[in-house]
Amino acid sequence: MSNRKPAGGFFMRDTAWHPPALTPQYKTSVARSPSRALLSMPQTMSEVTGPVFGHNILGDLDNDLILNYSQDGTSAIGPRIIVYGRVVDENGRGVPGALVEVWQANAGGHYRHAKEGYIAPLDPNFGGCGRVITDDDGGYEFRTIQPGPYPWPNRVNDWRPAHIHFSIFGDGFAQRLITQMYFEGDPMIWQCPIVDTVPSREGIETLVATLDMAATLPMDARVYKFDIVLRGRRATIFENRMEGT
Amino acid sequence: MMIPLNRRRESPSQTAGPYVHIGCVPNFCGIEGVYPHDLGDTMVNDQTKGERITVTGTTFDGTGTPLKDAMVEIWQADAAGLYNSPSEIRGTADTNFTGWGRKAGDYATGEWNFETVKPGAVPFPDGRMQAPHISFWIVARGINLGLQTRMYFPDEDNSTDPVLTRIEHQNRVPTLVAEQVDASTYRFNIRLQGEGETIFFDF
Repeated sequence: MSNRKPAGGFFMRDTAWHPPALTPQYKTSVARSPSRALLSMPQTMSEVTGPVFGHNILGDLDNDLILNYSQDGTSAIGPRIIVYGRVVDENGRGVPGALVEVWQANAGGHYRHAKEGYIAPLDPNFGGCGRVITDDDGGYEFRTIQPGPYPWPNRVNDWRPAHIHFSIFGDGFAQRLITQMYFEGDPMIWQCPIVDTVPSREGIETLVATLDMAATLPMDARVYKFDIVLRGRRATIFENRMEGT
Repeated sequence: MMIPLNRRRESPSQTAGPYVHIGCVPNFCGIEGVYPHDLGDTMVNDQTKGERITVTGTTFDGTGTPLKDAMVEIWQADAAGLYNSPSEIRGTADTNFTGWGRKAGDYATGEWNFETVKPGAVPFPDGRMQAPHISFWIVARGINLGLQTRMYFPDEDNSTDPVLTRIEHQNRVPTLVAEQVDASTYRFNIRLQGEGETIFFDF
């Protein structure tokens, strides 16, 4: 196939930049964190390859959470926003064809889920899921309502800041990433035990979307910019060349 | 002035949380009509080549309690040992096999099941063959960074596998080998912590 090329290995993941497994302020991590060190191994085809998700899987409303679960054609309730950005790798190159899946609570902070227990009401026209595949430059956008903050059972009075969950599938299985997007200026970001699992303030700030007033649609929707960085790849053709061949 | 590298840092991971189903397997959690089906729910069709197998398992926490909110993704070669990926340069994989699966644990039991085929062998970077295996990625509430592991088969020769033989604590290798339930069913339980803790990799 003409578009096939050998995949370079991924850069080493900086595990000191990511949250550690054991973060006691986030109680659920205590019994769910491996106690042994991760075992470092060379990457093989099993890690550097990955499936492709074609644009043909997408429906017209997949990236429109305001309408994609509407039961009667009316919009979901809440502040209308558009989130856009690029999925790039650590080399700064756009990652085309990346699958970006998002999920979130409604404007009152309530999830459409059997295990949800918060008193805030469901919105009958809001499902809370969306997806998009990045364009040739790694760009993506989706339209939604701004989710609400909500309390959660951790310590007796912990609250999540408003956030949108992101699952990103780039072009290799070892690049898989799930993260969360927060909103610029939200004071609750700095009081959240889950946000606090990220070791550095610098790291947390990369998860905060910026209000982009110039891009805002007049009389319609505010716009937030959120870029996502996936592991980069080495690009040398010499990586897997065996000595003597 | 030296040449700047202009590297970016990977976005920090955050937990998938208890509601990962909404975004990744919405039909499973009752959000129907948005996507026609959940991505990764079907890996094979009736033309897929190879030996049909079922891989099932449960994820347990450090207290021995099953996780009822975990999501597991797998990635594997086809029966001939080829990946259905643009970066597969050794040949063309079976177009009737996706190689990628995604399942949520059952709400009541935590068990997940994949209908797939037994993978062929894939080489290590130095050219030696690896024993057939399936790559796993596990996310859930309380897991801050998705966990990577591998499942090997109890009815294959794993004795010269370049990954397994490199592991210092050989007494932990059995945590990577599934149990044979019947001729076509394998059970691969994942233990996050404590006795029998599964080996997790940093690739």
